[in-house]
Amino acid sequence: MQAIDKIISDAQAAFEAAPTVAELEQAKARFLGKSGALTELLKGLGKLPPEEKPKAGAAINEAKVRVEGLLQARRDAILAAELEERLAAEAVDVTLPGRAQSRGGLHPISRAQERIERLFASMGFAVADGPEIENDFYNFTALRMFPDHPSRSMQDTFYVADSDKVLRTHTSPVQIRYMQSHEPPIRIICPGRVYRVDHDATHSPMFHQIEGLWIDEGVSLADLKGTVTQFFRAFFERDDIDVRFRPSYFPFVEPGVEIDMEWERKDGEVRYLEIGGAGVVHPDVLRNGNIDPAKYSGFAFGMGLDRLAMLKYGVNDLRLFFDNDLKFLRQFR
Amino acid sequence: MKVSVSWLRELSGVDLPVDRLAHVLTMGGLEVEEVTPVAAAFNGIVVGHVLSVAPHPNADKLRVTEVDAGTGMTLTIVCGAPNVAAGQKVPCALVGAKLPGFEIKQAKLRGIESNGMLCSARELGMSEDHSGLLVLPQDAPVGQDIRKYLDLDDTILTLKLTPNRGDCLSMFGVARDLAALVGKEPSLTRAPAASPTIAETREVRITDRAACGAYFGRVIRGLNPVAKTPAWMARRLERAGLRPRSPLVDITNYVMLERGQPLHAFDHAKLEGAIDVRMAKPGEELKLLTEQWAECVPNVLLITDASGPVALGGVMGGFNSMVTEATTEVFFEAAWFAPEAIQGRAKALQLTSDAAYRFERGVDFAGTRAALERATALALEICGGEAGPVTEAHGELPARKPARVRPTRVRALLGYEVADGFMAEALRRLHCAVAHDGADIVATPPSWRFDLAIEEDFVEEVARIHGYEHVPARAPRSSLPMLESKEGLRSRFDLKRAAAALGYQEVINYSFVASQWEADFSENASPVKLANPIASTMDVMRSTLIGGLVAAVKSNVNRDEERVRVFELGRCFLGEGPEPHEQPERLAGITYGPRIPEQWAEKSPDADFYDAKGDLEAIAGEVKLAFVPARHPAFHPGRCARVMAGEHAVGLVGELHPRLQLKYDLARAPVVFEIDCDVLLEGKAPRFGGVSRMPTVRRDLAVVVEEGLSAGAILEAVRGAVPACVREVEIFDQYRGKGVETGRKSLAFRIVMQDTARTLTDAEVEEIVGSVRHLLTEKFKAVPRT
Repeated sequence: MQAIDKIISDAQAAFEAAPTVAELEQAKARFLGKSGALTELLKGLGKLPPEEKPKAGAAINEAKVRVEGLLQARRDAILAAELEERLAAEAVDVTLPGRAQSRGGLHPISRAQERIERLFASMGFAVADGPEIENDFYNFTALRMFPDHPSRSMQDTFYVADSDKVLRTHTSPVQIRYMQSHEPPIRIICPGRVYRVDHDATHSPMFHQIEGLWIDEGVSLADLKGTVTQFFRAFFERDDIDVRFRPSYFPFVEPGVEIDMEWERKDGEVRYLEIGGAGVVHPDVLRNGNIDPAKYSGFAFGMGLDRLAMLKYGVNDLRLFFDNDLKFLRQFR
Repeated sequence: MKVSVSWLRELSGVDLPVDRLAHVLTMGGLEVEEVTPVAAAFNGIVVGHVLSVAPHPNADKLRVTEVDAGTGMTLTIVCGAPNVAAGQKVPCALVGAKLPGFEIKQAKLRGIESNGMLCSARELGMSEDHSGLLVLPQDAPVGQDIRKYLDLDDTILTLKLTPNRGDCLSMFGVARDLAALVGKEPSLTRAPAASPTIAETREVRITDRAACGAYFGRVIRGLNPVAKTPAWMARRLERAGLRPRSPLVDITNYVMLERGQPLHAFDHAKLEGAIDVRMAKPGEELKLLTEQWAECVPNVLLITDASGPVALGGVMGGFNSMVTEATTEVFFEAAWFAPEAIQGRAKALQLTSDAAYRFERGVDFAGTRAALERATALALEICGGEAGPVTEAHGELPARKPARVRPTRVRALLGYEVADGFMAEALRRLHCAVAHDGADIVATPPSWRFDLAIEEDFVEEVARIHGYEHVPARAPRSSLPMLESKEGLRSRFDLKRAAAALGYQEVINYSFVASQWEADFSENASPVKLANPIASTMDVMRSTLIGGLVAAVKSNVNRDEERVRVFELGRCFLGEGPEPHEQPERLAGITYGPRIPEQWAEKSPDADFYDAKGDLEAIAGEVKLAFVPARHPAFHPGRCARVMAGEHAVGLVGELHPRLQLKYDLARAPVVFEIDCDVLLEGKAPRFGGVSRMPTVRRDLAVVVEEGLSAGAILEAVRGAVPACVREVEIFDQYRGKGVETGRKSLAFRIVMQDTARTLTDAEVEEIVGSVRHLLTEKFKAVPRT
């Protein structure tokens, strides 16, 4: 029995001394191999008296299990250490930048437009679109801006050469086109490019408008104010914005209003920004859209999308929008 | 329209402080754009009489003056103005006077005691003129406060009037509206009829009765040709932005400012025979008082006499009959011309005319005679002379039709409570004739309003007088059907975000471009032209987005960007189409420079054709696009594909032609894609098609083919020929070089097979691969690669 204990302790020592799995397997042979110490002991069993055999056999088997256990434990330890070492060698500098592609982004006007479309969609407004080279009828006459009338000079117009077409001066023609093909109730916004012969620090010959139209039974001027007030508050994420209406004139609405948005209060003085035109849709315009003005009424508004984006993002120069400078555009990704 | 506050107060009877006045007008729809005091805030400046001027002993540029400023003693004042002269009347700031920023003190200037300051117009804040002293008329009373003498306690309001408010292009009009807004009665200047003292007349007649509703004329003789426009009138003209010229012209302008009625003064002696108002005949022309010649197209209204045209009716007088410094007898014209007869005429003739500006918008047709009387009275007062009787002719004046205003309708359109009684009161304040029919109000607009016809027009007037600031913000109520939404449809923003995810930054370019771009980038020799472009480099509408993208690359490269990826989504404009021009929306992108931004991990070659193509395919998503070799003038002839969606050519992808790369001075070759938006927006919602659990088998097949063969065509042929259990055929390698003869290339195909119901046998797999090999050999003369 002492011999068995010795074998176990020898094996333990030998296994511990083996630095690699290969050397461990060699050490294993010395104890568990064909001529290993324990195997030899088993072979010696036959020489024992029969009554001692079972006990001795059991002791040897127990020893064998223990040695195998020691072997496995050492094997696991070596493998774990080897893995550890290999992984340590595989370490990377995690502070180097990721292998990312570049990111592009949307133009600030697009961003603002998408946001506005979503806000109005949450109020049930669909998005409508129309051509940018327009017929005189849709751009002017259907909106009661008759030929030679001074109201036409409110908007300096680009004309297509040798043609009666114009570059649309506002998004309002989309109103007519939409009314002609849809029945009330109508709730739409029409964002898009518009063109006017105007080019200086605060005017671009091409800019963006967003037009809104709501036609249903019993729609009023007060509804218009409620709608635009909610819009400004939602768009600018401020609940302190109020809206002021001033009488104004756009031939396609009556009453017509200029929308002033309350922007700042300083020393009790309220600073208003003129932000768009609006009004109750003129009955003739409803008729031009095949809608019965005796049954339906509605409001329309038009606002400068570029101006809304400027205010929203703090851009101080309209020209930056059309300059395509990546150093500017990247700030809006 | 520039409005003098003191004049406005006098006529309107409204005595509000200037800022309140401006607010009331703005909130009433007469927007006040600017508030400009006519002079700076100062005091202690009086009319001074320069008695003598002597050189300053110690300074070349200074003079020593003796001035009588009505203080009881002669003041010694040192003055630096070059125009100072003995005998002048000038503004003199006394010791103790306060001017903006400083106070006048007794002071020694280079050793001479100075007891005040002689002032220029700029020092009074009246103008920027600093060239010398403001010399006053000789009759200026010495010692009088200059503020009183020059009526400087006045402010100019600049109104931005909308085209419907032609009635407010006069002091009367603004005063009337202001009075109505605050609920007062205006006190407008009366114009009693002058009693004729001579019998001289000139006959008038109207041939075009639709264009001219009324014509009143009067002769005044014996005018004093050296009479001067009185200072008060000159001042009012100047404050309205008009330059005083001569008494007769000034009187016509003054009456126009006061009443909105344009007048014309003819030299009576230069007219021949009767006045007639008629449309021009072909070929007629007239030398205008500006000495321009106007060719009178037939829709131009003329005032004629026996000799022919003497004035463009409602627009401008003629040169030959105009009043001059020698005029001693005048024929005043006060006429009412219909807006439609004047509209557009001045613009067509490229003339600026205050008269036309008013007639186009509508002039009070009931005030014509009074305006003539007013001009007569002023002429007699200023120039003397004797007036003849009025001669008149009448055409068709506009009818003023009553409109029914239903209080319930008013409240429905406004969306808030306004009492019936207030509605009637508001319309009365605006000088509408108001009657009642049951609950309804029947309103007839006054003769000066051309913007009130239908019920809605009166709704606005009620709201305006009631005050737009009282419009409540009502949260709208409505039936709320859910918006239609097709899952398969993609929005433009989906496309934009897809492009952005691939590294492209959105830009917005003008839709008008230089015609050269059209020639270069789309070989378009007849682009849609603008009649009035803002610049010659923006004279045509683009038919492709590429030019703008190339320019965006160039400008950013100039700003030290090495790698530029930008895209634009916008309309392009093709020639005449059915409705009204074909103007498809397109999406285009350009990639310039390295494929990925320079970084430590990977070398990045410049993006090439396949990057742009891959990006386009990634943006297209589920939309299947095909690419066929194409030639296009903007692209490298060997690196350009037409993009097909089914049968339709929908776009292009390619490397910019080296010729254009050179022309637009780009160091590297940009690669571009452009595609019609519509095909990318359409799509189908997905539908589950089952998942096979059977094993997949992959076989690779490499063959060598002629260099010129299109891989796409081979793929298409193979895909078309294999049975349904072949899930995928792709090219995973293309090789040229060692082991492959020159002029040929090796293509490696991956063939992935899977049956939905059972495992494919080796024999079946071999048969399929064999059939593909056979097809390649037979149809494309491919040789299996060994």
